[in-house]
Amino acid sequence: MPGTRGPVPVPVQNGDRDLTLQILEAVDENASVKTSETFPNASQTEVKAALDRLASRQMIEYETDDSEEVVLTGEGQQIVDEGSHEFKVWDAVRKAGRMSLKDQALATPSAKVGQGNAFKLKWIKKDGDSLIPLTDSVTDTTREVLQYVAEHRALQNPRDLKDLRKRTLVTTQKIITYDARKGPRWARDIPVEVTDLTADMLADGSWKTANFKPYNFKALGEQSQGVGALHPLNKVREEFRKIFFNLGFTEMPTGRFVDTGFWNFDALFVPQQHPARDMQDTFYVSDPPEAGPPGPDPEADAALNAMEEEDRDEEDSDPPTRPTQQPTKHLDYAQYYANVRATHQDGAFGSIGYRYPYNDAEPRRLVLRTHTTAVSTYCLHRLAANPRPAKYFSIDRVFRNETVDATHLAEFHQVEGVIADYGLTLGGLQGFLRRFFKKMGLVGLKFKPAYNPYTEPSMEVFAYHRGLGKLVEIGNSGMFRPEMLLAMGLPEDLRVYGFGLSLERPTMIKYGVNNIRELLGHKVDLGFIEGNAAVRLDKA
Amino acid sequence: MPTIGVNKAELYKELGKEYTRDDFDELCFEFGIELDEDTTGTEEPPQLKIEIPANRYDMLCFEGIAMNLNVFLGRQSMPNYTLKPPSNGQLLTVTVSEDTAKIRQYFSCAVLRNIKFTKARYESFIALQDKLHQNLARQRTLVAIGTHDLDTIEGPFTYEALPPDEIKFAPLNQTKEMTGTQMMEFYEKDKHLSRYLPIIRSSPVYPIIYDKNRTVLSMPPIINSNHSKITLDTKNVFIDITATDKTKLEIVNHIIVTMFSQYCEEPFTVEPVKIISDHNGETRETPDLTPRSTQASAAYINSVCGLSESRQTLCDLLKKMCYHAKPSTTDEDILDVDIPVTRADVLHQADIMEDAAIAYGFNNLPRHFPTTQAATAAALPINKLADIVRLESAMAGWAEVMPLILCSHDENYAWLNKSDDGKAVRLANPKTAEYQIVRTSLLPGLLKTIRENRRHAVPMKIFEVSDVAFKDAKAERRSRNERHFAACWYGKSAGFEQVHGLLDRIMLMLKSAFITREDGLKDPAVQGYWIEEVDDSTYLPGHAAAIYLQLAGGKAQQIGTFGMLHPTVLKHFELPFPASTLELNVEVFL
Repeated sequence: MPGTRGPVPVPVQNGDRDLTLQILEAVDENASVKTSETFPNASQTEVKAALDRLASRQMIEYETDDSEEVVLTGEGQQIVDEGSHEFKVWDAVRKAGRMSLKDQALATPSAKVGQGNAFKLKWIKKDGDSLIPLTDSVTDTTREVLQYVAEHRALQNPRDLKDLRKRTLVTTQKIITYDARKGPRWARDIPVEVTDLTADMLADGSWKTANFKPYNFKALGEQSQGVGALHPLNKVREEFRKIFFNLGFTEMPTGRFVDTGFWNFDALFVPQQHPARDMQDTFYVSDPPEAGPPGPDPEADAALNAMEEEDRDEEDSDPPTRPTQQPTKHLDYAQYYANVRATHQDGAFGSIGYRYPYNDAEPRRLVLRTHTTAVSTYCLHRLAANPRPAKYFSIDRVFRNETVDATHLAEFHQVEGVIADYGLTLGGLQGFLRRFFKKMGLVGLKFKPAYNPYTEPSMEVFAYHRGLGKLVEIGNSGMFRPEMLLAMGLPEDLRVYGFGLSLERPTMIKYGVNNIRELLGHKVDLGFIEGNAAVRLDKA
Repeated sequence: MPTIGVNKAELYKELGKEYTRDDFDELCFEFGIELDEDTTGTEEPPQLKIEIPANRYDMLCFEGIAMNLNVFLGRQSMPNYTLKPPSNGQLLTVTVSEDTAKIRQYFSCAVLRNIKFTKARYESFIALQDKLHQNLARQRTLVAIGTHDLDTIEGPFTYEALPPDEIKFAPLNQTKEMTGTQMMEFYEKDKHLSRYLPIIRSSPVYPIIYDKNRTVLSMPPIINSNHSKITLDTKNVFIDITATDKTKLEIVNHIIVTMFSQYCEEPFTVEPVKIISDHNGETRETPDLTPRSTQASAAYINSVCGLSESRQTLCDLLKKMCYHAKPSTTDEDILDVDIPVTRADVLHQADIMEDAAIAYGFNNLPRHFPTTQAATAAALPINKLADIVRLESAMAGWAEVMPLILCSHDENYAWLNKSDDGKAVRLANPKTAEYQIVRTSLLPGLLKTIRENRRHAVPMKIFEVSDVAFKDAKAERRSRNERHFAACWYGKSAGFEQVHGLLDRIMLMLKSAFITREDGLKDPAVQGYWIEEVDDSTYLPGHAAAIYLQLAGGKAQQIGTFGMLHPTVLKHFELPFPASTLELNVEVFL
């Protein structure tokens, strides 16, 4: 809006006379002005604001002086006015000549203190059940010390401070005073200033003579930038995606929160009695009641075909960068199902199987996918139509019927990668993971043997965490079991790596978030979203 | 994964070495178990809590952990478990009645003779049964174990299935005799046993095991009889195992007898029992402790591990993992491998290969990055599209939020003044009312996010681009996801024109022109959108619009709505200020 950053008028008057002008006057008349003395009644914040206003224009200069002064408490002031407690007791006894210990005048707490002190000073003494004076004249030192404080706001002997403070007769308070004098651009009046360069000033040339208000280089700039923001978790997700793309991975079609027992479990050689399939761990769907038999997913196939097409150039006559495309085999889903069933129940493909009666209702149960590996399985089976090396990844939501706490939500994101190729080795998976995690600054990887129903070997991935000073688990990995791959119809020598981690955990470690609910879900603080720094996984 | 607590001093004694925490951690790491906790300082005697892989039933007790680690360390070789029939050659028999097929048809059995229990061994024996019941036996549904003092009972035995009222005995730690029906009532409130009752409760017959004098041994899978209970002084243990799963039946038998036969007078011997079960062809002697003989290819193991070790070296490695392996004399590539009965987890030569790799050391394997031919770096089309909308929204000054996908039925319907359209996927077993359905709209999540951020400065401008799900009878999964874009303006005034402006901006970025319905009809080749007032109960009447999109050459379709939220909706979500929202399907732009 025009006008808001135009010339600044002389500061408005406040009260009777403007403090800024008073300071200018005082500095004009004196070489050095002590504000506490010259303006004893002005508040310290007002004085500081006025001084800064002038100092920012270099009209004056000032120094700040911190000092402590001693002030009387209410009790201390009373002593200054009336004499010390011991003086008052002695005075009363002297006047009475003799005073009973039961006298009302001796009953107050201060009289009791005074009585004790007067004994110590040998001003009075006990005579039977009465008090009598021992002297006719005394010097009330306490009162004198406090009188000095009242006048000088300090102690004659600083060593008395501790004692007097303990007796709650004095306290101290901090005093800030300023010592002001003329500055390099001293002037008696504040000139009119402009805070910004305007189009009008450019047009009429007034910028040449304008007196620009000095810019405050110590303050933040304009804060209302009308900022939009991406969610921190999605920012981390984006970094992961870039890493995958750099390594030549294709993104899998994960658009199905609901999956079947077949794809989520059975096809992965997860036995039907496996604890992960408990109601305690997996969300089952009540409506719709049951899945259809395993078959092709046209939407997923369309997406995969489109992505593969993108990367294919028919006119490229250079030696092929991939094995020659073989004629695509028909995918027989009925056979696949029969293979999976046989592998579980009776054993097949070199495996003795789990040897339990396979229940055909289990693969038809609908679940909220517990892992995106359900989708990887679909993609790997699709590969059987034309077995070839492939790299797939996905990052998407998965569901677990967990009791919610600081580290568990019923939903989180799984980052998953799959590599299919001929002659893959276990050490190769380690080498790959070392390269993958290095891209997010995690080095010194160690691998621990682990159990997973659908990978063999299975390895938990650990990295050294500098902050925690120990190895922490950062992901899971393995080579898919032959029972799973051969049932799909993939050739024996095509081996497949799988690895995964949650998106939330590394994000929590990286940004020191202790509660997952502060990262995902409706309880996330919008301020956190707006203020979260850009994600640079490779920077420590 | 099961966690097993073992006496630290006893384990280290068994392993012949006083380990430091780091050294023991390292040993566990290499072997593939995990030291969860060392209770030194908080518990006497100090325990080590060790996490065991879910398929290693042979490590569910102290004896198994010690044995496997000692074999791994080369401190002992795998014991040779043998059967030792009674000296008179007369095996105990158990006759299985055909009626058991109605409820729990498989039976297995074994006897441990002249066993010497100590307090620690006895407790471990009980704890192992408990761990097996919980894990492999799936809370006793698949397999149940009963153990008895053989000197209190007398063979031959029978395994039968009888109506509950014809069964009567005093259950474990009770003196009063009860019928099967009475026991169901008696244990209904029992914290431990009540959860097993449903396994047989509604069956017309209950499984029951008798000795020759009709003394009850146990009523599986619920409880043993008090009469035959084992004590620290028990010398001869009779083990009954009943199951609905034949494979797991024998695994459980093998694990129990292999783990505890070491405490028999003649270690590692087990007395077999004859099961007579002709009706289902299960007549046999149990247990069968013969190792499973199989073959593994040295070339396969070397190839997957990236090694080129000799067959003998591989055999030596496998020895550390409890196998007995030797190079085949008839085939140059083959290893003849005997898998002990303890290793029920070994299904395929892949498992043998993994064990060879563990014995070699995962972290000693040659790590070289695989050269791979595949290199199609491609983003999923729907994610590419969604990213355009996300980035443009953020650049327009809106903040992205990520609420949950599961929500309550009310949040998705009643709170938005909508009635149930029957399109939402419902959950069968949520733990809380917060998760009843998969959302069909992004609005509840946005409004809940605003509610939780009420103290944030207004206006708040938030958006989300993510999936909702709908039932879809045609699909295999009977449902499908749909990518939506939604935004909400919340402030002192409703900001209807703000969400409208965001819509215009996003449409511009998606190359859709603002047209009228008439424009669209006139020129079907133009890609454009228009809005029309719509009657929608979520919004304030007269302040809601339907968004129509016409793709070039396609038919116009409604892709979403936006409007000023109805004050009752605001009230449902506890929002004191007005708000406007926008929601549309972005998949149409694919």
